[in-house]
Amino acid sequence: MARQEARAGAAAVTENRQMMRARLLLFLVVLALAAFETARAGVLPEDRSDVLYHSYNGDGVEITGPSVLFRKRFLDDFSFSANYYVDMVTSASIDVRATASPYEEERTEYSVGVDYLHHDTLFGVGYTNSEENDYSANTAYLGISQDVFGGMTTISLGYSRAWDEVRRNGDPGFMAEIDRQSYRLGVTQILSKNWLVGGNVEVITDEGFLNNPYRSVRYADTGSPIGYSYQPEVYPNTRTSSAVAFRSKYYLPFRAALDFGYRFFSDTWEIVAHTAMIGYVQPIGNWTYEISLRYYTQTGAEFYSDLFPTEDFQNFLARDKELSTYDSQTAHVGASYEFMNNGWRFIDRGQISFHYEYIQFQYDDFRDVTAGGPVGQEPLFEFDADVFQFFVSFWY
Amino acid sequence: MRTIRLIVLLVILVLTSACSSIEPWVKPYERDRLADPIMAFERDPVSAAYIHHVYESREGARGATGSAGGGCGCN
Repeated sequence: MARQEARAGAAAVTENRQMMRARLLLFLVVLALAAFETARAGVLPEDRSDVLYHSYNGDGVEITGPSVLFRKRFLDDFSFSANYYVDMVTSASIDVRATASPYEEERTEYSVGVDYLHHDTLFGVGYTNSEENDYSANTAYLGISQDVFGGMTTISLGYSRAWDEVRRNGDPGFMAEIDRQSYRLGVTQILSKNWLVGGNVEVITDEGFLNNPYRSVRYADTGSPIGYSYQPEVYPNTRTSSAVAFRSKYYLPFRAALDFGYRFFSDTWEIVAHTAMIGYVQPIGNWTYEISLRYYTQTGAEFYSDLFPTEDFQNFLARDKELSTYDSQTAHVGASYEFMNNGWRFIDRGQISFHYEYIQFQYDDFRDVTAGGPVGQEPLFEFDADVFQFFVSFWY
Repeated sequence: MRTIRLIVLLVILVLTSACSSIEPWVKPYERDRLADPIMAFERDPVSAAYIHHVYESREGARGATGSAGGGCGCN
């Protein structure tokens, strides 16, 4: 009897703990009104507009388009922002070259957001819609940033929720959904007169149709003249990922800044990734030059294989090179030129910027089937990409 | 759950450090260098959002980039 009571008591304690945890989580979620970690709390973001042209070219894929960002304060304590973004895609990537025909498509994205500053607290809400002919994504986000400790520490909490709709061209009967949630925590800390550090944690959960409705996996098939065949990929319906990032920015005595960043990532598909970057910014007169290097490495998802031994080899099947084991390196250079420093009419100043990124990808277990060779021993795939950005900015 | 615990721990750590007797050691009038635009983690939001999108579309990893993000339709 006493044992039963003890058990009942223990169960009640466990239940209480679970309730407390649930309440704590609820408290965090309520607080976690999705962050504007890029903005320092205590100050509204600057009034500025940017018109950007972007271009990506790599692995037979060309993506170009504009991005226009507008931001303006109103009613003293509010700031409104709007972004229009387009990706115009021409694709003959390795997947397309191996199993399909080159295609063209366009993705258009609209975002609107409002920030509200109350004393040292910055609240933000926003909404993004992205449309392609076979994919729609809607995201709502909320955030709060608070300055504490005499303005030396800024804490940001954020929550966002996305509803995606996946369709398949040529198959009007196909329609699937994805429900995505993201929780963010960011801390920015002043360490000295010259040193600023920041940390970010983000947990993202996805539920729904997470694979690509067009992509296939390949499996060894002695009945096929080429020695292998393809079948549609199958992913789990859920994915939860965690990322922890650290940034450091140091002001050098001769007005230049040294930047360092690291991110650790892991998810329930057993992808583990490390990202590291180092950067340097140097203003000279009206010019600001920057240079940075970035290194990225990841292990593949547990259900990834370049060549499965048989058809339907396991429940989940992937041959997306983004889920494989690979490394990537980026070299970046940028230059900005400031003009109209004395202002003109309602404009305070202007800036023209140019950025170039050279990215290399080397895959450890994704083979180039278009190169030929014995099945499963084709050369490993690798490619380079050139990324250009040119933009004009005005502050007012 | 471990990540949520980590978040709670971080929040408590920061909040308690803010309430302790340690004084802010960098005064507001000593922050001119930190306010220099070259010290911003992301100087040009329009450019930062684009480059995050370039990486997120081609990498398995995602998140903790410091921006609010949105649907990228890139699976």
